[in-house]
Amino acid sequence: MRRAAALVLSGLAAWGLLALAPAHAQPAAPERQDLVLSLSKPRVTITSSFSGDSIVLFGVAPDDADGAAPPDVVVTVRGPNASFVTWRKARRFGLWTNVESRSFLAAPSYLAVLSNRPPAEMADADTLRQEQAGFTNNHLLQRVGPDYADVVTGDPFRQAFLRVKQAQGLYFERTAAVEFIAPHVFRTVIPIPGIAPIGTYDVQVKLFQNGERLASGMLPLEVAKIDFEQSVATAAQDHSLLYGLATMLGALAVGFVANLMFRRD
Amino acid sequence: MTIYLPIAELPVNIFTLLALGIAVGFISGMFGVGGGFLMTPLLIFLGVAPAVAVASVSTHMAASSFSGTLNYLRRKLVDVQLGLVLLAGGLTGTLTGVLTFMLLRRFGQLDLFIAISYIVLLGTIGTLMVIESLRVLLRNWRGEPTRVRRPGAHPWFLRMPFKMRFRQSRIYVSIIPVIVIGFSIGFLGAVMGIGGGFLLVPALIYLLRVPTLTSVATSLMLTLVTMAAAIVMHAVLNQTVDAVLGLVLMVGGTIGAQFGARAGQAMKAENLRLLLGLLVLGVGLRVAIDQIRQPTDLYAVTLDEANR
Repeated sequence: MRRAAALVLSGLAAWGLLALAPAHAQPAAPERQDLVLSLSKPRVTITSSFSGDSIVLFGVAPDDADGAAPPDVVVTVRGPNASFVTWRKARRFGLWTNVESRSFLAAPSYLAVLSNRPPAEMADADTLRQEQAGFTNNHLLQRVGPDYADVVTGDPFRQAFLRVKQAQGLYFERTAAVEFIAPHVFRTVIPIPGIAPIGTYDVQVKLFQNGERLASGMLPLEVAKIDFEQSVATAAQDHSLLYGLATMLGALAVGFVANLMFRRD
Repeated sequence: MTIYLPIAELPVNIFTLLALGIAVGFISGMFGVGGGFLMTPLLIFLGVAPAVAVASVSTHMAASSFSGTLNYLRRKLVDVQLGLVLLAGGLTGTLTGVLTFMLLRRFGQLDLFIAISYIVLLGTIGTLMVIESLRVLLRNWRGEPTRVRRPGAHPWFLRMPFKMRFRQSRIYVSIIPVIVIGFSIGFLGAVMGIGGGFLLVPALIYLLRVPTLTSVATSLMLTLVTMAAAIVMHAVLNQTVDAVLGLVLMVGGTIGAQFGARAGQAMKAENLRLLLGLLVLGVGLRVAIDQIRQPTDLYAVTLDEANR
């Protein structure tokens, strides 16, 4: 009862803020930087036959009359964050062992950087780094001793991390993947591999012109298990003991049936 | 034809998995080993996360060892009494092993420890088995009579107190070495992530002098109990049991195990031991080569379990 009242109150407060907002808002600069984005589907559904998918992103760049050339486009897709450890191996007593490690905290579990030409040609390095535009320009927070920081792009652990993730098929860098199908209309294909992690992905689009950011936009893309896949995963998580017992009995049943089938007397 | 694994979260070819199950099942039925020391690395190679691979392989091992145990039970080759005594030591060993595992993990050199254990253990046991069975084969080939096992010629550790008669195995030995063997298997199994059948069979044959087929049958029964417990433990503690992966593996595995068990019974005991010895030695060498050869990429990326 009390919770319901609180909800109503907070709802009223929100309404109040909304009602007040227009009165305080300054007349904004003419909204020319409207970037229209659309995905061929907002949700990648994983069924038992799933082995990867391709999502098409369409975008319409703002109709900027003074810009003669079409803008440059950088599309960055980031999967849900996870923590990773990058290990360096070295030879110790004749055996190759992990000797040094770095923790990458909150790195995207999936990363695709798609652009119409190499981002390095679009703007100066500082701007690109600030905008996180370009494959090596994405922030990768590391823990170095007690500090949390990102390091220079030339850091061997950082380079190795990107290289290994690319080899695993979870990180993509495609510098000619965005194409213009009309002067201001572009499209690109986002590759979703079969091993893509589950969760909500951020599709971020940044437009550059004359070395500066022109516009940006963001869309969510969901990767989710449905039907049977979803029920198995839910059962394993929410009813773990029952799931374990059922799996064990199932295993014994398969063993028993196989034994009966192949029995020769 | 690919199938998506709901817990491992990746698509795999269903026929690859079936073939894998049949091949490993054949070996496990033939030698009475769980097959985990073969199956787990193969699944990791396919891209399954190690935690999911270890947990799901236990469902496959439970199914194929149950099927195999039923076969041997019908032929009255399982020494249930010996199995129970081994199990008493085994469960204590598993607990000690799990605690050691956590300790090693804290020091960050678990992988190296596992690799060295594999090399030392598999290398030693494999070499011993190959030498022993080759010697027997050579003797047979020369036409020399096989030495008959003389009762009473027991090594010192079998003459310790608390003797017990295991009628099925036709041995009368102290239960202290039996419990110690069970403890060691349980300990190594937990630390190295293996069922331990390939260690238990030679231990029963060479240390306790149990007949080869009874060793194989009793080891299968022990694998069955351990793996059934492991499924439930993994499901509750780690939630890493992939039932779909397990089902495909066990269907292949049980079929393979049937043929394997028959092939094993049709074969002479010393040939069987030579083959198992070669297999164990091969896996040990493989691990050694992986550790000695320079990796293609000097860097590796793993999920940070501590910071999830």
